[in-house]
Amino acid sequence: MKKVIILSFVLVNTFFAAFSQSEKFTAAMTATLDQMKAAKTSEETAAVAAKFERIADAEKTQWLPYYYAALIKARMAFTATDKDKAADEATALLDKADALSKNNSEIYVVRATICYAHMMVDPMTRWMKYGADAKAQLESAKKADATNPRPVILEANSLKNTPEQFGGGCETAKPIAEKAAKLLADFKPASPLHPVWGKEVVDEILNSCK
Amino acid sequence: MKKQLLFLSCILLSVSLMAQVKISGTTKDKRGRKLAGVSISLKDSYDGTVSDSLGNYSFKTTEKGQFVIEAKLLDYTTVTQPIIIANDAIALNFMLKEEVSELKAVTVTAGSFEAGDKKRAATVMSSLDVVTTAGSNGDVTGALKTLPGAQQVGEQEGLFVRGGAGYETKQFIDGTFVNNPFFAGAQDIATRGRFSPFLFKGTVFSTGGYSALYGQALSSAVILESIDLPERSEIDASISTVFVGAGTQQLGKKKKWSYGVNYGYTNVYPYFQIVKQKPDYFTVPAFHSGEANFRIKTKKGMLKFYTSFNQQELGLRRPNIDSSTLKNAFGLTGTNWYNNISWKENLGKGWKMNWAGSYSTNYNDIFSQIQNQNNEFTTAGLWYIDSNNFSLKNTANVSQIKAVFEKRLKGISTIRFGNEYWHTFNTGKYKSYSISLNENLYAGFAETDVYLTNDIAAKLGARLEHSSLLDKWNIAPRLSLAYKTGKDAQMSVAYGDFYQTPENNYLFVSKNLGYVKATHYILNYSKINNNYSFRVEAFYKKYQDLIKTFPTYKNAGNGYAQGIELFWRDKKTFKNVDYWFSYSYLDTKRDYNNYPMQLQPTFAANHTASLVAKRFVMKWKTGFNVTYSYATGRPYYNLQYAGGTKYELKDQGTTIPYNSLSFSVNYLPNLGKPKAKSFIVWVASITNVLNQNQVFGYNYSYNGNIKQPITPPAPQFFFIGCFISWGVDRSQDAINNNL
Repeated sequence: MKKVIILSFVLVNTFFAAFSQSEKFTAAMTATLDQMKAAKTSEETAAVAAKFERIADAEKTQWLPYYYAALIKARMAFTATDKDKAADEATALLDKADALSKNNSEIYVVRATICYAHMMVDPMTRWMKYGADAKAQLESAKKADATNPRPVILEANSLKNTPEQFGGGCETAKPIAEKAAKLLADFKPASPLHPVWGKEVVDEILNSCK
Repeated sequence: MKKQLLFLSCILLSVSLMAQVKISGTTKDKRGRKLAGVSISLKDSYDGTVSDSLGNYSFKTTEKGQFVIEAKLLDYTTVTQPIIIANDAIALNFMLKEEVSELKAVTVTAGSFEAGDKKRAATVMSSLDVVTTAGSNGDVTGALKTLPGAQQVGEQEGLFVRGGAGYETKQFIDGTFVNNPFFAGAQDIATRGRFSPFLFKGTVFSTGGYSALYGQALSSAVILESIDLPERSEIDASISTVFVGAGTQQLGKKKKWSYGVNYGYTNVYPYFQIVKQKPDYFTVPAFHSGEANFRIKTKKGMLKFYTSFNQQELGLRRPNIDSSTLKNAFGLTGTNWYNNISWKENLGKGWKMNWAGSYSTNYNDIFSQIQNQNNEFTTAGLWYIDSNNFSLKNTANVSQIKAVFEKRLKGISTIRFGNEYWHTFNTGKYKSYSISLNENLYAGFAETDVYLTNDIAAKLGARLEHSSLLDKWNIAPRLSLAYKTGKDAQMSVAYGDFYQTPENNYLFVSKNLGYVKATHYILNYSKINNNYSFRVEAFYKKYQDLIKTFPTYKNAGNGYAQGIELFWRDKKTFKNVDYWFSYSYLDTKRDYNNYPMQLQPTFAANHTASLVAKRFVMKWKTGFNVTYSYATGRPYYNLQYAGGTKYELKDQGTTIPYNSLSFSVNYLPNLGKPKAKSFIVWVASITNVLNQNQVFGYNYSYNGNIKQPITPPAPQFFFIGCFISWGVDRSQDAINNNL
């Protein structure tokens, strides 16, 4: 009897601990995602990335915080003075996310973003390699999850930023952006913590390509 | 009782959880400078922060007990510190040590120009630049001539660097020496390089002070690194005013291997019909070139094989300078087979290995004769005219094997060592005399890159060589230092001894010779970022033991070269325009061959400058490239045998300055058409647009009464070509196979 009491006590405690842990994770992630939206300066953004990284390191099994940390770093790489280095930093974080969640469509999307950041260092000589790499990542993302709008959004954005002479511009970007908008409308994230971004990008393309 | 205590403490703990503890402090580097952006985290909790611009941090935590706190910043070594969190605020200061990293550290650059994507921002010239430099005609050497240090020598092939003759510059492909990098040609007419610039991903043009890994080059090393795997499979074809070609490269489905085959045929007959040449070509220059490559990824490295075969012929007549009725006829047929194999492997634990081997055989069959007005063989009865009647057959075989091992030490410091063995076998027949040279050259070398901090680096090395032909040893120390003076900026110094075995034409006459020697001293300042490159370099070079051919063949010559060079490249100031400017000042004199004293050699101009500009107009899918090169006049001499043991300077002068404006256009009609099945590049170029008179020197008649200018065979060169490739994008295959 004594044993049963102790056992049930331990069980309940463990359950409670696990539950409160997940509660804590959700709360922290929600708060940090809000901070991510609110961040204005690059210092604020960097602090949010650091927070995601802390959550990820503490949790050890959650891919989402590594994913967000990598996403922020990848976006920051575009304006960094040493774009290659900043992009490599994002890759290191993304590798950790990838180790926890294999063949994840969202992770492929960030990989593509990182390729674009590398390309921006010297587009004229690097587009052959990094342009193709980014394309390959986006294809993988589509293949892993055909309902994910984000690879399509990135494809549309990349086409819009490509000069018309290179087969880009509004004419080719618009139908892709429309497709992305449709996917976005139908997209249901697995949880409120899962990625949902992209609407602003699609809207911007559709607005400027009227 | 115990259990009650435990329960009580549990409640107490829960209460104390409500109380937050503040952890704060500063983040500084080793020298006490504030560090911003340091990520502070309490491990296994979510708590932490990032230090502010003043190097202060502060955060609150509800955690209690034993924890590890971590301070992390890119390029710095992460610091961890165990702490016990109770109820009191904790003050904790962090000192972070900067890591020596490859990207941040200075690179030892004195004397060298690196082209290609290898060192990222430090790039001066990319591979694409070689083919889009007007006036280069797609020749690597032609593009390198627009960089400081190189002379505008138009009557001979090769790079004449800092007062050095063309044979003092050596080319290396994937680590091994290339024996005949240029097509064979006639006197006073420069030829092209044998290798297409598209073969290489990186080019280092070192104008002095280079690494102990390279030897047998007194003045300069052109270090070419072949590409690994191509981006995609494709079939290529080209047609132009002077050549046709076709080829393919195939990339394996998993991007593990590739192979390629190319064939090209050059014949300038139609071109010479339209553009008149000064010499009378009785055999119009024609070349067959075939090449093949195979590349495969190994476990942690790469194995590459390249082979090329050329066959060429030419024949021309020019008036004889000593007679108004006679002509000099010159004919040449030749073959060249070049093979290169290289294997790079990462052995783990910081070890790398690099094996390279090459074999080449070059055969030339030359005839030279005096002909009369009916183009028939004749003799004049005068030795100085009849000495032009000869035949020369020559075979040169060179095999080389080289092994380099590299070990990464603490930080990014590295040691590198290895050895190489060259076997050279030359045989020939001059008239009825048989000539042969057999050389076994052995070299061992070692060098170390030492990074004291991110700001100071040194490269120390030495090279030991033994030549069986000379039966002599030499040891060449090399040293360079680099110090970072500010963002993107650095100062470097370099010193080194360089030895070279005398050229074959000396060795055929006398084998009782020693090495020729040069000592380089270089001081360099450079500031390079993605948009601009600025470089200024001063050098002093001392020549010793140069070969004198008179009164006997001896290592009795000497000389010096000194100067200052500037380079400026700007990709930013003018939108879509990329331009560079280079200037070289050179003061050099040498006493060699039959010079009666130290003289400025005929290939050296005091001032040389080039301006190269490129602009790509997206709207027209067209690139426009222009190059202007200028050099002050070069000296020329008439050296006459004055009896006894004396040569004397009978006459001398300076040529008119050299000017050349070249222009080229590339048009890419299918650029960016995603549905296009082919990729097309049209190229049109013209050299010496302004048709300026170019004189490279003078030839004297035997009696010294007549001097004739050495000029190009035609003042201008026109080129129109079309290059097409049909590509198969393998990226989709790669994805399908990997999923």
